[in-house]
Amino acid sequence: MENQKKRQAAYMKRSLLDQGYLDEQFIHLEELQDDANPNFVEEVVKLFYTDSARYVRNIELALENGPYDFARLDNMMYQFKGSSSSIGARRVKRQCSQFQEYCNAKNIDGCRNIFQGVKQEYATLKTKLETYFQMER
Amino acid sequence: MEMAQELHVLAVDDSHVDRKVIERLLKISCCKVTAVESGTRALQYLGLDGEKSSMGIDGLKVNLILTDYSMPGMTGYELLKKIKESSVLSKIPVVIMSSEKILPRIDRCLEEGAEEFLLKPVKLSDVKRLRDFILRGEGDDNKETEKNIEQVCSRKRKLQDDPTTQSIPSPVVTAHDIESSPESQQPLSKQSKIG
Repeated sequence: MENQKKRQAAYMKRSLLDQGYLDEQFIHLEELQDDANPNFVEEVVKLFYTDSARYVRNIELALENGPYDFARLDNMMYQFKGSSSSIGARRVKRQCSQFQEYCNAKNIDGCRNIFQGVKQEYATLKTKLETYFQMER
Repeated sequence: MEMAQELHVLAVDDSHVDRKVIERLLKISCCKVTAVESGTRALQYLGLDGEKSSMGIDGLKVNLILTDYSMPGMTGYELLKKIKESSVLSKIPVVIMSSEKILPRIDRCLEEGAEEFLLKPVKLSDVKRLRDFILRGEGDDNKETEKNIEQVCSRKRKLQDDPTTQSIPSPVVTAHDIESSPESQQPLSKQSKIG
């Protein structure tokens, strides 16, 4: 029973990597786990969720009404992108970069559209990782 | 052959995620870690108003400051400047971390006296390399090779993980402890977290 769970977890991780949801940074984090710290990655990812909820909320508020402070929007997204990068959330990170490009172009509609994409990728990843960690335990 | 000392690293980063990761990287590399969330907290910890030595408020000498570049309030660059301008703190090596590889920024930091500039996400190999570099600098007759340091480190870690041979674990003061202090002049209280 245990081995099957492990196999499923390994298979899911492989799939997440192949489909580009995660990159090698996630693997690097798993390499930092040991018997004394078996849930390190899950703990880091939980922090990521907490931080992300805050970033998303703040960006959402900033996107609501003009005048739009693109430098501030860019900076907030930069922080979100940083966290995403730190856990290997590749697709989320990509969307964040695109958002920053729209900020540079001062294109508020572009920003808003891409932001939906950011939230979607984040939600998808969160669901998949929750499944993964359940298998792992 | 024991390592002459464990390095004490002050890590500065406003991101919870990054603080947790850098803390883990440093612990694996057998360093004591104090993690704070801002340059202001870092300077408070180091006793900006003039300790006689580069001691943290808990009396542990700081051997390395590892700081993020982009932080609200005081940037890593501004923190670097303050440290290098201080007669008391200027000898402490400072390493800057950033997720952006902006050459003028890197140049500016190195010119201001940063030891190195690391690209995020920081890897275990980066941290180990830093540790070895600092250890070589810290000891007068420190002839320990990197291989020795690594052997001693992994032996220490095995002892820490084995509950039957529990020595006193390295204290880790996390940002949670320091963050919980109010913003006033009250001295920051130190709390050691085990494990």
